[in-house]
Amino acid sequence: MKALSAIELRRGKVRSFSIVHLKDYLIAYVFIIPSLAGFAIFFAIPAIRGLVLSFTDWNLLNSPTFIRFENYLRLSQDEEFWNSLWVTIQYVVENVPIQTLSSLLIAVLMAKVGTSMAFRGVMIIPWLLPNVVVALLWSWLLDPAFGFINEVIKQFGHGPLPFLTSTAMALPSVVGINIWRHMGYIALMIFAGIQSIPKEVDEAALIDGAGPWRAFFHVTLPLLRPVLAFVVITAIIGSFQIYDTVAIATKGGPVQSTWVLNFLIYKTAFEGYEMGYATAVTMVLFAILIGITFIQMRLMRAGEAD
Amino acid sequence: MTTTYRRPMRLLALFVMLLLVLITLFPIYWVVRTSLLPKSAIFSNPGSLLPSTVTLSNYGRLFGLYDSATAQKMGGVGLEFNFLRYLSHTIFVATIITLTQVLFSAAGAYAFARLHFPLRKQIFGLYLGALMVPGIVMTIPNFILVKDLGWLNSFMGIMAPSLLMSPFTVFFLRQFFISISRELEEAAYIDGAGKFMVFFRIIVPLSTAPLGTISIITFINIWSDYMWPLLVGSSDKVRMLTVALGIFRQQAPATGPDWGGLMAGAALSMLPILLLFMIFGKKVLNSIGFSGFR
Repeated sequence: MKALSAIELRRGKVRSFSIVHLKDYLIAYVFIIPSLAGFAIFFAIPAIRGLVLSFTDWNLLNSPTFIRFENYLRLSQDEEFWNSLWVTIQYVVENVPIQTLSSLLIAVLMAKVGTSMAFRGVMIIPWLLPNVVVALLWSWLLDPAFGFINEVIKQFGHGPLPFLTSTAMALPSVVGINIWRHMGYIALMIFAGIQSIPKEVDEAALIDGAGPWRAFFHVTLPLLRPVLAFVVITAIIGSFQIYDTVAIATKGGPVQSTWVLNFLIYKTAFEGYEMGYATAVTMVLFAILIGITFIQMRLMRAGEAD
Repeated sequence: MTTTYRRPMRLLALFVMLLLVLITLFPIYWVVRTSLLPKSAIFSNPGSLLPSTVTLSNYGRLFGLYDSATAQKMGGVGLEFNFLRYLSHTIFVATIITLTQVLFSAAGAYAFARLHFPLRKQIFGLYLGALMVPGIVMTIPNFILVKDLGWLNSFMGIMAPSLLMSPFTVFFLRQFFISISRELEEAAYIDGAGKFMVFFRIIVPLSTAPLGTISIITFINIWSDYMWPLLVGSSDKVRMLTVALGIFRQQAPATGPDWGGLMAGAALSMLPILLLFMIFGKKVLNSIGFSGFR
């Protein structure tokens, strides 16, 4: 009798616990549901729908037919796609190292020389401006006929340079424009990383007789590695998705020399209405970014081990 | 520490800094300078550092102060550009999204940081994963969804994907909520407070700094957004500033773009965000490291 009631008691307890849990769960779901709904409707389901569409021939008007890997096969033989991929890779390869190095330089200046808030405040201003505005102002500064930069170049006795209007210079010019917008912002992230290094570490190195340069390269820089890794991976992911600057400043040209992947996708989907084919390109872009992130994480983990 | 650098090095560093400030600020000055010039002066003396003559006619045109014939004489391209309307659209959209997105993301972030419920880890993992997915992957299906819902060229269409959450906002706030000490909350629970009470009366007041920061970042992002509002909201009645500037630029006649008008438009689009930065700048500057890696 006694044992039974103990079991009953425990059962009751268990039940009351689970009721408490259920109530907790319900409250938790009230907190989570608005964001979860937004995530499902505008992130998760669209991503899956995009994947499904990439196996169809949908053009907004017909009813989509399943065509297996045809879009991907077509893509592998599509010169326009390969050109876009190549242009985008060139952009990333030019953009990320120059941007990271100049940001690192600026961050060191922020931390060691011009520690005032004013310098940091000025350097972040370009990042506050919309890409569209930045692209517009540089289109004007780089204008071949009346732009200020070419006026300066003329003073030195050279002809005007076709910054945004020649196949050789358009992509590097877009790179320059984006570095102008982002270097201060990225410098601030690296600056925060430098600030988080305890002062004693730096001082110890200097007391041990290391000059400021040696201290920087052998102490500060290695300690900044996680920060730099983060900055580089974000810059790579961001650079692969460049669109606004190209759309305003060069419209992908001249002769598709700035026809980056996002521009190709936009044109294919919203001017050519080839939704199936365009989503296939987005999936390739996605796969590339997953690959890069994966390699980067492997490299970082390898770094932790040594 | 700085004294250990030799004097010439320090001078060189100061020179580089000066150069960087110049590179950063000069283009912005050039926008303002150009916007103040009449059409004739823009092209007759393109290299003069100071505006030779000053006029507000470029701004006047943007505010629709002149009839179209006069405006065209001033260098206009016969395109209607109603700056105040586009500005009000941008402010409206950015304000609504910032308020709702930060509120709902904060609620979600709090659940991930403190509450227990089935699949918590998995759902948060999905949110994190979404940070890596390029935006364009969602753009095409979202466009189709918004079109099917009949929301093209409506504010609802422009705002919908950002209204309820952004994975980054949730992630950013969760990191902060985790770092808050639990003691206050536990004391409140002992006093009989419920979860909502604790969230609104303890967590939110303790988090004004990160909530302010993420609000500013969200506001700036929406303010700057171009591709999505161009896709779903290019009609005049919902057109946002960036979209209007883009269309203004695309419709340049063969004789060349209306640089005076464009630069006046660019200057006016910078102004509100720079004012916002002057007021909240310190907060933004101090929190950028935080938003990156913690």
